Amino acid sequence: MNKQDTNIFKAAWTYDEAPESTDHIQIKKIYELFIDGKFTKPIKGNYFDTINPATNKVIASVAEATTEDVDVAVKAARKAFGSWSKLSGKERGKYIFRIARLIQERAREFAVIESLDGGKPIRESRDIDIPLAANHFFYYAGWADKLEYAFPNRTPKPLGVAGQIIPWNFPLLMAAWKIAPALATGNTVVLKPAETTPLTALKLAEIIQESGLPKGVVNIVTGAGETGASIVNHPDINKIAFTGSTGVGKYIQKAIAGTNKKLTLELGGKGANIIFEDAAIDQAVEGIVNAIFFNQGHVCCAGSRLFVQESVADLVIQKLKNRMETLIVGNPLDKNTDIGAINSKKQLQTIENYIKIGINEGGEIYQPKCKLPKEGNWCAPTLFINVSQSHRIVQEEIFGPVLAIQTFRTIDEVIEKANNTPYGLSAGVWTQNGAKIFHLTQKLEAGVIWANTFNKFDPASPFGGYKESGFGREGGLHGLKPYLKFE
Amino acid sequence: MSRLDIQKTYKLYIGGKFPRTESGRYYAVTNNKGNLIANMCLSSRKDFRNAVVIARKAQGSWANATALNKGQVLYRIAEMLEGRKEQFVAELMVQGETNKNAELEVNCAIDRLVYYAGWSDKYQQIFSSVNPVASSHFNFSNVEPVGVVSIIAPENQSLLGIVSLIAPAIVGGNTVIVLASETKPLTAISFAEVLNSSDVPGGVVNILTGKKEELLSHMASHMDVNAIIYCGKDENQIKNINELASNNLKRTIFYKKGDWTSSNSESPYFIEKMQELKTTWHPTEV
Repeated sequence: MNKQDTNIFKAAWTYDEAPESTDHIQIKKIYELFIDGKFTKPIKGNYFDTINPATNKVIASVAEATTEDVDVAVKAARKAFGSWSKLSGKERGKYIFRIARLIQERAREFAVIESLDGGKPIRESRDIDIPLAANHFFYYAGWADKLEYAFPNRTPKPLGVAGQIIPWNFPLLMAAWKIAPALATGNTVVLKPAETTPLTALKLAEIIQESGLPKGVVNIVTGAGETGASIVNHPDINKIAFTGSTGVGKYIQKAIAGTNKKLTLELGGKGANIIFEDAAIDQAVEGIVNAIFFNQGHVCCAGSRLFVQESVADLVIQKLKNRMETLIVGNPLDKNTDIGAINSKKQLQTIENYIKIGINEGGEIYQPKCKLPKEGNWCAPTLFINVSQSHRIVQEEIFGPVLAIQTFRTIDEVIEKANNTPYGLSAGVWTQNGAKIFHLTQKLEAGVIWANTFNKFDPASPFGGYKESGFGREGGLHGLKPYLKFE
Repeated sequence: MSRLDIQKTYKLYIGGKFPRTESGRYYAVTNNKGNLIANMCLSSRKDFRNAVVIARKAQGSWANATALNKGQVLYRIAEMLEGRKEQFVAELMVQGETNKNAELEVNCAIDRLVYYAGWSDKYQQIFSSVNPVASSHFNFSNVEPVGVVSIIAPENQSLLGIVSLIAPAIVGGNTVIVLASETKPLTAISFAEVLNSSDVPGGVVNILTGKKEELLSHMASHMDVNAIIYCGKDENQIKNINELASNNLKRTIFYKKGDWTSSNSESPYFIEKMQELKTTWHPTEV
């Protein structure tokens, strides 16, 4: 495609603003901890601000849970476990169905708050995060009275109290991924949302209250790393489920050594997205954009390493650059926005630092000429060419909209390069040749492989990593197992 | 006229060969009367690391062998063991077992190999799934071997223990490095001879003898080992393994059971513990 075509695109893609209204949503000024069915003040009385990353203005003040609060929450969960685990699966399931329905009813409110608090485009929170979260509860609700069918010849039993720590990239969805299977299997929960995105989890607490779920079955404590450490180290927790960085995952595995806590970890990634010369190129280019720029690249399974077969590399990269010119970066609440705000100042610094490293190590950078808003945390979509396996931006997880592009000639070469990473969460393959797809999907060391698509999620589809991307699966029948023991 | 017995020199089993330890060290194994049974190789960290390199090299092609082929290889091990039953009974008795228990253990080990041989082309169907996603995609999840597995064998039931651990690991396409029972290591090395005559490709099973105290931390911390199995009840060792496994997020599996003859010592879930789950998506709309 030549320059002139690009300009035609630009002219065609001028949009008027289309902001989603915030009138109908309710956000309190202060949020307390949700413990034993009640909103309670933190024992030490400390609060922290949660900030809109698109404006850097304070949205609300949120209670900071200390070890003492976590202890109260664990005690409430322990007390609730007795009767909750004895409740029939049918009755448990009905509560979970109810939560799913209540989320659906308030979906629009949840979507707006998710975008306000986390910076993701409203189109994504409205069409992906919130519906998937509701569907996840709906899916696992149905398992509650059918567990004996999932594990032939075994008798599944709940573990007890689950301590769950979730990240800031998909706040409500990750809460659903953690809470729904835990409840369906008869466990009780102490969940900590990320400190930059606590609001939708606290709104979920309101729904849980409305649903009539017995008190103490779900407790939500807010705070940062120290609150998380209090959960990990609490002696009366039976299971830790963590989604976050590989560094913290390793710390947790070490910290609970010598205890009987069960552990599942869903950690970082550096997904390889592989484009063959016989791929449907235009679809593949859309796939590349979705793989790396979805949710500002704040995606553990992002396709952050692109491998293009040499014969089509120039074409693919040119088409990709043209497409990037049309991406709209800005107000997360605008329905036209493709790339929203970077979740926090700290994360923006991390990304900017990696971009500097990429340039200093000799990579050739490309960013489209897009206007970035003055206030808030923003990063233009970025790609690097002329990089190799040894570059840090090829090896390390950036967790931002930064793509590292390499080329390859043969299948064996690309398999070796794709697998040459300690991570193993996701991979993508683009080709119209069926045998090539299955050859690649067998050889790639990753827990989720998208062929001729990318970044698709579903409650029925197990998700989780190989190697240093963690262990255990979330979603599907396989997502029940981490919350059960077998006698 | 009396005849002097020929005694066996027990060595290691690495890459389908029987080398001595590179360290040149040995340790003495005695029976319960305190008499010397054999001088065993005292394996070093380097022996273990060499075995990992070989196990890694062997893993890809072993995983790619067809399920039918893996099943036949396991069945072949059972055939070979059956043929050498008396030798193993005698060896277990030298290590202190009663005749009755030794026979039970060998019979059970043979049957266990046959049991897992039969699972070779079936466990995949038990643990895989087609997932009904709410979009136009065909989506399925299938199990794959975790890769290279360190196994620390139980001290007792020195033959049945390793058979019960090796069989589900290799039938699932993994390759293993086994540290034999420290006090009763003879049958493990004799079992290596059975493996070596059973169409098991070199490097799929590697067996070391030596001291847990010395090798355990290397087996738990090695960056190119994907999972570790520990049999025993020593809480300090369990903690140590879990801490070191966090280096590369190794999968850790602990078996505290003392009796491997019981019916709950075999199931496809032993295979599943050393499997990863891979989920694949493809659009269905044209």
